[in-house]
Amino acid sequence: MPKDGGIGASTKRREDIRFLTGKGRYTDDINLRGQAYAHFVRSEVAHGRIKGIDFAAAEAMEGVVKVFTAADFAGVGGIPCGWQITDKHGKVMLEPKHPVLADGKVRHVGDPICVVVADTYEQARDAAEMIEIDIEELPAVLDMKAAIEPGGTLVHEEIGSNLCFDWGFVEENKAAVDEAFAKAAHVTTLELVNNRLVANPMEPRVAVADFESHSDQYTLYTTSQNPHVIRLLMGAFVLGIPEHKLRVVAPDVGGGFGSKIYHYAEEAFVTFAAKVVKRPVKWTSSRSEAFLSDAQGRDHVTKIELALDAENNFTAIRTDTYANMGAYLSTFAPAIPTWLHGTLMAGNYKTPLIYVNVKAVFTNTIPVDAYRGAGRPEATFQLERLVDKAARELGVDPVALRRQNFITEFPYQTPVAVVYDTGNYHATMDKLLEISDHAGFEARRMESAARGKLRGFGIAHYIEACGIAPSNLVGQLGARAGLYESATVRVNATGSISVYTGSHSHGQGHETSFAQVVAEMIGIDAAQIDIVHGDTSNTPMGMGTYGSRSLAVGGSAIVKATNKIINKAKKIASHLLEAAEGDIELKDGKFTVAGTDKSVDWVGVTLAAYVPHNYPLESLEPGLEETAFYDPSNFTYPSGAYGCEVEVDADTGQVTVLAFSAADDFGNIVNPMIVEGQVQGGLAQGIGQALMENCAYDENGQLLSGSFMDYAMPRATDLPMFNVDHSCVTPCTHNPLGVKGCGEAGAIGSPPAVVNAVIDALIRGGHDVKHIDMPLTPSRVWAAING
Amino acid sequence: MHNFDFVKPASVADAVAALAAEGAQALSGGMTLLPTMKQRLAAPEVLVSLTGIAELRGVSGRAGASVTIGGATTHATVAAEAKAFYPALAALAGQIGDPAVRNRGTIGGSLANNDPSACYPSAALASGATITTNQRDIAAEDYFQGMFATALGEGEIITAVTFPIPEKAAYIKFAQPASRFALVGVFVAKYADGVRVAVTGASNDGVFRWAEGEAALSGNFNGSALEGLSVPSDGMIADLHGTAAYRAHLVKVLTKRAVAAAM
Ligand SMILES: Cc1cc2nc3c(=O)[nH]c(=O)nc-3n(C[C@H](O)[C@H](O)[C@H](O)COP(=O)(O)OP(=O)(O)OC[C@H]3O[C@@H](n4cnc5c(N)ncnc54)[C@H](O)[C@@H]3O)c2cc1C
Repeated sequence: MPKDGGIGASTKRREDIRFLTGKGRYTDDINLRGQAYAHFVRSEVAHGRIKGIDFAAAEAMEGVVKVFTAADFAGVGGIPCGWQITDKHGKVMLEPKHPVLADGKVRHVGDPICVVVADTYEQARDAAEMIEIDIEELPAVLDMKAAIEPGGTLVHEEIGSNLCFDWGFVEENKAAVDEAFAKAAHVTTLELVNNRLVANPMEPRVAVADFESHSDQYTLYTTSQNPHVIRLLMGAFVLGIPEHKLRVVAPDVGGGFGSKIYHYAEEAFVTFAAKVVKRPVKWTSSRSEAFLSDAQGRDHVTKIELALDAENNFTAIRTDTYANMGAYLSTFAPAIPTWLHGTLMAGNYKTPLIYVNVKAVFTNTIPVDAYRGAGRPEATFQLERLVDKAARELGVDPVALRRQNFITEFPYQTPVAVVYDTGNYHATMDKLLEISDHAGFEARRMESAARGKLRGFGIAHYIEACGIAPSNLVGQLGARAGLYESATVRVNATGSISVYTGSHSHGQGHETSFAQVVAEMIGIDAAQIDIVHGDTSNTPMGMGTYGSRSLAVGGSAIVKATNKIINKAKKIASHLLEAAEGDIELKDGKFTVAGTDKSVDWVGVTLAAYVPHNYPLESLEPGLEETAFYDPSNFTYPSGAYGCEVEVDADTGQVTVLAFSAADDFGNIVNPMIVEGQVQGGLAQGIGQALMENCAYDENGQLLSGSFMDYAMPRATDLPMFNVDHSCVTPCTHNPLGVKGCGEAGAIGSPPAVVNAVIDALIRGGHDVKHIDMPLTPSRVWAAING
Repeated sequence: MHNFDFVKPASVADAVAALAAEGAQALSGGMTLLPTMKQRLAAPEVLVSLTGIAELRGVSGRAGASVTIGGATTHATVAAEAKAFYPALAALAGQIGDPAVRNRGTIGGSLANNDPSACYPSAALASGATITTNQRDIAAEDYFQGMFATALGEGEIITAVTFPIPEKAAYIKFAQPASRFALVGVFVAKYADGVRVAVTGASNDGVFRWAEGEAALSGNFNGSALEGLSVPSDGMIADLHGTAAYRAHLVKVLTKRAVAAAM
C-alpha cells in the first residue's frame, strides 16, 4: 500500500477544490485598473490583397482609443517559428514572415487585419463594424497536392513556393527501402487522411497586458502552457523586450491540448498596445474566434506501404505524407510531421528499413501545430491501420501478425533514429485481451447479429516518444530552444516547502502529483508542500507542459532539486547530531544516525538552516533552497494495447462504441487516479477524432465547421465506460522516477482501434470495405457500405 | 450584442401593442434569438418578452381528442405535461437540445423560427395541428412555407398550438452529430382517416409530408408497407453531415422505425 499522499497513492486533486467551486483564477478573471478592450477585425476571405483600410469613422466613435493596423507594427518582428527543418536536399525550410497584423495580404479566414482598442468591449465591436476594408479576393490555395504544382497561386509570393520543405527520413535508407519493396513477398498499401481537428479547450484564449512607464516593465497575463517560452519568443523576436522587463503569467488555464503552447499574435498585440495607449489592454477570445485563430491539429494526407517476406515478417515501410502547415508557421509546426512523426514510424515492430517522406505545404487555412499527441497519433494511425489491412490481405489474425513482429529486446535501436529503452509489448497485448474479454467477443457478436447489428473488435498497439526532450539531440534536429525543465525547491524555516516548477499545469493535476513526489522523498505530509507554477517572475526558466513531459522531465528536475535539499539537510543533521554525514539516514521525515536512536526531525533541521545559531557556518551556507535543471538523456517510450468494440447500424451507418479497453505501460505511476483521468480524456479525444470531429473548409477556404453547431465534440453519452489498466510496468531506465508520461497516450492509441473495429464489423457483416477516412460519421459509413 | 430596450408585458394585447414599435421583436425562450444577437446577425431595438404572459403558458387537453399548448410553453413543460394526452409529442419535446434549452426554449419560438432541422414542425405537420395567433387560426399545412419561412405576419404572435390526438404516433430523430438537431426527423401519426408522415431536417424546402409513405401506411400500418418505396434525393439538404442521398435514405429508415415505435 502506498503511503497516503506519497508516490503510488490516488490522492484526490487538491486543485479541484477551487476549480469545482468556481474559485479558479483564470486569465479572464484578471481585470486591471483602467484597462481597455481589444477587438480584432479578422479576414472574412481565405486569401486576398488588402487594397485599403478606412478606419477614420471607427476611430472617431465614442470610447475608441485607437485603431491599429499593420502600419503600427512596421518596426516590429514577425511571430517566430521555434523549429527549423532541413529538407532532403540539405536546404533549410522556407520561412515566410508572420506579421502580428496582416500586412498587404490576408492568408486565411480569421487572419487579423486591424484591432480596435476601446473603453468597453461593446464599443470596440461597434466601431469595428464601421471599418471599411477593401480586399481583392484571390483564389484560395487548399488542396495540398495541387498547391505544390508549379505555376499555381502562392500563399506567400516572397518565398516563391507553397512547399515549405520536402523531408526525407532517413534519406540514406531510401534505396535500401525501395529494394526491400522490390523483393517483398507481399506489399500492403493504404491511402488515408488524418483529419484536421480544432483543439477546443474549455477556456478560450485570453491576453491582458500592462506597461509601467516608470520602470519600463511589461506584464502579460496569458492562457499559456509555457509562460517562459512566450517571454522568450515575444520578448526577443517580436517586440524586443529584454526578459528582465517582461513578466509573463499563465494563471489557472482551462485546458490547452497543445493549442496554448504557441506564441500568438494577440499576445504580442496587447503587450505592444498597452505601451502605445498607456493603459492595460485586454483581449478575450470568443468561441467563434477560437475556431478562427487557435492553431489546429493533424491534417495529413498519407500513402503508406508495408513490405513483408514470405513468412509475414515486416521488411520495410515507406510513407509519403503531405502535411498542412496552414497559412503561417506556428511555433512548433515544422517539428510535428517530421521529428514527432517520422521517428515513430517503427511503432512496436522490428521493421529493419523505414523511409518517411513528408512534404509540408502552405495553404490558405488556419495554421496547424501540435494537438494532443502531435505527430505521434498520425504515425500510429497509419501504421496500425496498415498492419490491420495487411493481416486481412494475408488472412492472418491481426493480433498474431502484430505479435510476430513485436520488438522484444531492449534497448532497441529503431531505423528511425530513436532508441527505445524499455517495453514489453506482449505483456500489454496479453493484458488487453484479458481486460477486454476478447475471448467472449464471438458470443457478443452473435447477440448483436440477433438484433440486426454488426459488431466488430479493433486492436491497435502504440508507442510514443514522450518526455520531450534531450536538448543536444533536438538542437541537431532544428529546435531553436532547449527542452530541459527546471525546479526550485524552497524549504521554509518551519519545514513547509514551496516548489517552483517550470512545468505548467492546465488540467494535469501537477499541484497534487508533484507534491506526492516530494512528500515521498522527504517523508513528510504532502499538505506541507505547495507547487507553484505559471509566473516567470518567481519560477526558474522552464519550458512548460506538452509532449507528456511534465513528470518525466519537470518531475525529474524536482527530484534533482529535492536531492540537493536532502543532501544539504543531511549535512546540517550531521552537525546537529554530531555524527558523520555518511551515517545520517532520512526516513519518514526524520534524520537518524544509522544504528542508533539519535535523531533530529525535519523541522529541527529546517529551523537550524534558517536560525543558524548552532550551525557549521564556516563550511555551509544557511538556508535551504535549491534549484535544478534536468535535461533528459533520451525520450521516454510509453506503449500500450488498445481494444475497441463497436456496433454498426448498417441501415443508418451509426457507430456505437460499446466498450473501450486500454492496457498501457507508463512505467512507474505516481498517482493512479490522475493517470486514469488522463487516459480517459485522451480516449475521449481520440474517439472524437475517429468518429465525430472534423475541421472542414469549403472550396473557397471558408470554415464549414466554425462553431459547435457543425464541429462535433464527443459527449459523455457518446462514450462507453472506459476500461483502463496500467499494471504493466517497465520503468523508464533513464529518469530518476522511472516514469514515462501518460498525457497523450489515449489520443494516440485510440483512433486506429476505433477505425479497425468499424472495418472489422463491416467485413464480418459481409461488406467489402477496406478503409473509411475519419471521422467515421454515419453518413460516411453508410456511403461505404453502399459502395 | 447591440443595445436594445426590453419590455415584459403581462397580456397578449400589451405584447401586440409593444410589437408595433419600430424595430420591435418578440422574445420567447431566447434560445435562438439571443445567440443570433450575440453574433450581431440580429439587432432588434426592442425585445418584447412573451414569458410573463400567463395566457401563453401551459398545456390543456381532452384525452383522445386534442391537446392545446400555449405559445410560450417551454419544451420541458410539454415533455412533462403533454405526456398524458400525446406521448409522442411529449417525447419529441423531451429530446430537444439539453435541459437548459428545454427549460428556456418554447414551442411558439420554435414554430415561429421554423428552422429546417427543428423538431416541432414535424409534429405540427404530421398532426394536422392548428397554429393560433393573436389574429387567426392557421392550419399547419398552410403555416410552413420553407426554410425559416412561415405564414406569420409582422408582429403576429403564436398564442397556442392545438394538436388533434392520433391513435398512434412516434417521432424518430436522427441527430446531426454536432448540433444534435435533427439531421433527419420523422413524425408518423395514425388517425382514423389515415396516416400522416412529416419529415424535418431533410429538405431544402423545410418540413414536408412524405405522400407516398403516407399512402402505403394508410393501407397497412406496418413498416413492411414501405418496401419497394424510395425517397428521391432531389431537393434534399447536402452538407458536411450528410449527402442528399443519405438524407433521402434516412427518411425511409426512420419512417419504418417510427411506425414500429408508434404508441
Ligand atoms: C443548444 C441548443 C440545442 C437545440 N436543440 C434543438 C433540437 O434538438 N431540436 C429543436 O427543434 N430545437 C433545438 N433548439 C432550438 C430550441 O428549440 C429553441 O427553443 C427554438 O428554436 C426557439 O425557441 P425560443 O422560445 O427559444 O425562441 P426565441 O429564440 O425567443 O425566438 C425565436 C424566434 O421566434 C420569434 N418568436 C418567439 N416566440 C414567438 C411567438 N410566440 N410568436 C411569434 N414569434 C415568436 C422570435 O421573435 C424569434 O424570431 C436548440 C437550441 C439550442 C440553443
